Amino acid sequence: MSDFTPTEMMTVAAARALSSKDVCFVGIGAPSAACNLARLTHAPGITLIYESGTIGTAPDVLPLSIGDGELCDTALTTVSVPEMFRYWLQGGRITVGFLGGAQLDRFGNINTTVVGGYETPKVRLPGGGGAPEIAISCGEIFITMKQSRRGFVEKLDFITSLGHGTGGRDRAEHGVHTKGPTRLITDLAIWQPDPETKEFTVTSLHPGVTKAQIMDTVGWAPKFAETMAETPAPTTEELLVLRDLHARTKAAHEGA
Amino acid sequence: MAKFQTLQEAVADNIRDGNSIAFEGFTHLIPHAAAHEVIRQGRKNLTVMRMTPDLIYDQLIGMGCVKKMIFSFAGNPGVGLLRRLRDSVENGWPHKIELEEHSHAAMANAYEAGAAGLPCAVFRGYRGAELTRVNPNIKFITCPFTGEELAAVPALRPDVAVIHALKANRNGDVFMEGITGVQKEAVLAAKRSIVTVEEIVDDFEGVSPNAIILPSWTITSVAEVKGGAHPSYTQGYYGRDNAFYIAWDDIASDRERFRAWMDEHVMEAGPEVFASRVAGLMQKGGTR
Repeated sequence: MSDFTPTEMMTVAAARALSSKDVCFVGIGAPSAACNLARLTHAPGITLIYESGTIGTAPDVLPLSIGDGELCDTALTTVSVPEMFRYWLQGGRITVGFLGGAQLDRFGNINTTVVGGYETPKVRLPGGGGAPEIAISCGEIFITMKQSRRGFVEKLDFITSLGHGTGGRDRAEHGVHTKGPTRLITDLAIWQPDPETKEFTVTSLHPGVTKAQIMDTVGWAPKFAETMAETPAPTTEELLVLRDLHARTKAAHEGA
Repeated sequence: MAKFQTLQEAVADNIRDGNSIAFEGFTHLIPHAAAHEVIRQGRKNLTVMRMTPDLIYDQLIGMGCVKKMIFSFAGNPGVGLLRRLRDSVENGWPHKIELEEHSHAAMANAYEAGAAGLPCAVFRGYRGAELTRVNPNIKFITCPFTGEELAAVPALRPDVAVIHALKANRNGDVFMEGITGVQKEAVLAAKRSIVTVEEIVDDFEGVSPNAIILPSWTITSVAEVKGGAHPSYTQGYYGRDNAFYIAWDDIASDRERFRAWMDEHVMEAGPEVFASRVAGLMQKGGTR
């Protein structure tokens, strides 16, 4: 199966970052598709957690919201929201937090609060939700987001959740000792932070993607690893499972 | 002891202009019918709080009922932004509301502190987050035992908590299950509370001994409103009307269309319309 969209490549590459050993705090949207694709393919043992309180959930269709009934019906257990944030997240029991965002900078800091100034915003976005504490309490953070000049910016309008701050040791200087963003999976590439500067660096280009495309879609001068890999194309199985999942989801949400 | 009332009576007795109100519910069990009754009764200058304000907050804000909102994620989950909230914040229509913005962890901890009778909540949070710059209610304190710096926010103690639950028994005790969010904490933190329920039953036969039950004496008013969470859902009764959440984005995108919808479905309607709205959603109600 050679035809796939950049979004499918992104979801598949993001799913491959997860393993059966992970306990994963799932953000809605792109992260949710990736986490469930992982569960339905190579990582059947993964524990998926949604902030609505569902632990070990295994939805048959992707939820529209973080609290769809499907998540609770298929979960091992459902706890209250204070318990979720106190015992499970703050308690250090989550290995991976999977986040998306509206704006991202080269150090993996994320903005989902406002475009423009805080008091008089151009666009009032939903806000942080669980992200400020997910970003600091999970063992590590994966980010998945489509590349665009609007989203990948030189300077965030607002820092909703901490990534590597200003780079280097800045994250640790905020008293945060979890790994933070270790992987950024986009529709064009896989990025990983430089071990010293913590700046996201392209380590793998998706099939057919050029360096020029990367440069055209981020608002800073992107760094490339000395030896870059090519991301393996989605397998037939990965694509079939993903498309099946999306088809079931579409039917369910349209009330068919 | 909880009083059994109609929803009209419960709202009239408990909610006054200028009150602080938590209409809680985390995607599941959102008290839509009760919020519509508050809008119909024309309450004004409300301070509303909720972790995840969605459609009913869009509606309260668009109808001019709200002075201030305390929140941590304001969106139409899985669909997009709240159009009426944006119009208020970005353009001042019908007026600009005041925002006090937190993270989910902060709000959850703050309700729990309210329920526990504490003045503030302490947790590990907000490190490197810019909300600390714009919200003066976020402070840091030092743990007296370890020296660790921890975030602190004031307890949430609304005048009124409004929630929807599965059922009440004849004594006025209330049972809920599924995704239960922070509703128990919100009710225990509040001075007064209104609970709408799908049904009133003789007893809670068959529920687990660890079920979430709010005793009658912790609740002010109970009103039976079938379908009262729609387009949210009630576990075991009816599923989430995701198609309506998607449709809301278009309804709310235009001031005139919004007002027309509110007139027809809220101002000129009553709580009894909710039962018919969920009639087609029963098969999606979960596994009970």
